This record gives sequence, structure tokens and C-alpha cells, in this order.
Amino acid sequence: MVQMGSMGILGRKLGMTQIFDEKGQSVPVTVLEAGPCSVVAVKRVATDGYTALSLSFGDIKPSKLNRPDRGVFEKKGLEPKRWIREFRVEDTDGYEVGSVVSVELFETGDVVDVTGRSKGKGFAGVIKRHHFGGGPASHGSSKFHREPGSAGASSFPGHIFKGKTMPGRMGGERVTVKNLSVAGVDPENNLLLIRGAVPGPRNGLVMIRKKVGAPR
Amino acid sequence: MDSKIALIESRYLRKETPEFRPGDTVKVHVKVTEGNRERIQVFEGVVIARKHGGMRETFTVRKVSGGVGVERVFPLHCPSVDRIEVVRHGRVRRAKLYYLRKLSGKAARIKERRF
Repeated sequence: MVQMGSMGILGRKLGMTQIFDEKGQSVPVTVLEAGPCSVVAVKRVATDGYTALSLSFGDIKPSKLNRPDRGVFEKKGLEPKRWIREFRVEDTDGYEVGSVVSVELFETGDVVDVTGRSKGKGFAGVIKRHHFGGGPASHGSSKFHREPGSAGASSFPGHIFKGKTMPGRMGGERVTVKNLSVAGVDPENNLLLIRGAVPGPRNGLVMIRKKVGAPR
Repeated sequence: MDSKIALIESRYLRKETPEFRPGDTVKVHVKVTEGNRERIQVFEGVVIARKHGGMRETFTVRKVSGGVGVERVFPLHCPSVDRIEVVRHGRVRRAKLYYLRKLSGKAARIKERRF
């Protein structure tokens, strides 16, 4: 079964801060610059076999863009943008090439999923990468503090099982954080405040999607 | 910091804050909600620390209530802090007055700062 996505918007992570809610409680928020995104392409079942909206976002000098992407914008007569990403949607009603999606898509209190590329951690040990417990810090423990421990049994099975969690490259992958709530929307400045943390570095691209079947 | 984050924060910053430093005695008027009624509670004591900065700035107020030391940490820009009133300016030589916790009575007095 293909899981249908829901309508969303592209944004740039600006950083985190805190605000106060109406009760005077401080709320940690991530500030995102989201949209306005213009629709670059509308994918339909009849022509493409699926339905999706292709959105563009981010200012860039046209000369910095690669030629295929530049060609796309030229052909549609749109302003060149840095990123193009597709959103799988149920139906594309009301959207055509050139129409604009802005942060007004969201309201305070909406539940959203945010996708981004996580910060690269480099070659990470097993404690950081897989939450191993490590060895004792003291009590005679020698040279066994952050080690992975045993990787398996002996001559039976005689090999290490596939998928054994080991040290290696960590981060720099696509991560979706689900069920975040919108803490504020500022349509004038195209800003979106999301409660909590969001994957990726500052100035990194994020996709913000409405949660499917979200309880209001 | 990104100017747009500063813009967001500027909406939540306290409009007017009296100038106060560690060593000063302040009255902090705190909004307290009981059920659906809201009233103002006053916490009076010596400011023993101011920490962080910008949106995250907090200050610690210490008082001795019934022989027991009580300290409360208030976020400076928190809307439930209704008002801050400076009662007395104190002359101290430290930024953090944690040494007051070990002192009591006469030793815990702070000289008044004169202008």
C-alpha cells in the first residue's frame, strides 16, 4: 500500500529560541522560514501514474543552479529557486503550475511532521550511534569504557549476524520527526514556529507536512 | 543570531524593566492563577544572581521566611511576572551572591548603594 502524504511546504531552519505561552510557561521552539513556495509541476495519475505537487523554495543566483534545474524553471517561466521537492498528495485540486503555497497553510496548534537531513556526526562509536551502555568508568575497569563488547557467540553460529550494530558513519541522513505542533505562524515574515527540535543544521532545507488524519 | 529569530524574540521581551543588579532588594509581583481567578502575589528578597541573557535571562531572589531560606528563580521576560519593583540598591562586590546562603542575621546584611 502506498501511503499517501499530505500537503506541506518547504522551509529553511533558522535556529531555536524560546517563547512564552499564555500560561507564562516557556516553550522551546524552532524558527523556520517557510515558503512562499511556487508550484513547479503538478503530477497526475493520467500523465505520471501518481499525484503529487512539486514545490520550489530558496533564493539562489540563477548562475549557481545546475542546468537541468534551470531549464525546468525557464520552461515554466518561473523564478529560479534553489530546491525542488515533491509532496505526495491525495488530490491536486486548486493547484496549478505557478500557484503559490505560503505558511498560511498552517495554523497555531496544527500537528505536523518535519523532514530534514540530520547533521553529520562522522564516524561515531557504538554509544553515540546505537545507545550502548558502555563499560564501567572505574572499579578496576581497564581499557573498557566505550567499547562495543561482544559481537556474538563462538563457533556456533560462527559468523556475525547481519545488521549487528557497530560503529560507523552517523547522521547526514533523511530524518522525519513526527507529531510536532505548530507554536506560531507569522505570514508577514513567512515564519513558522515549531515546538521542539527539527532535524538538520541551521539554513538546512526542511519539509513541513500536515499530519495525515491529525486530531484537531 | 539570525535577525528573524531576534524579531520573534522581540515580541516576547518585557517592555520596561527597572535596572537592578545582584545585591538589590526587589519586590516581584507574580500572577498566580487559582482555578479561574488570577491574583498578584509579591515575593520580596535580595537578588543573588542574574543569569543568561536576552530571551533566556533569569534572576534569582532570596529571602528568609520563618528562619528558612527561600529562593525563587524568575525568567526576566516571563509574562506571569507582572512587575518588578526595586526597593533598595545594595553595594556588593560579586556578581553571584551564593555566599549569602551560608550567612545569617547580621552577617547577611548588604550595605546600601548610594548614588
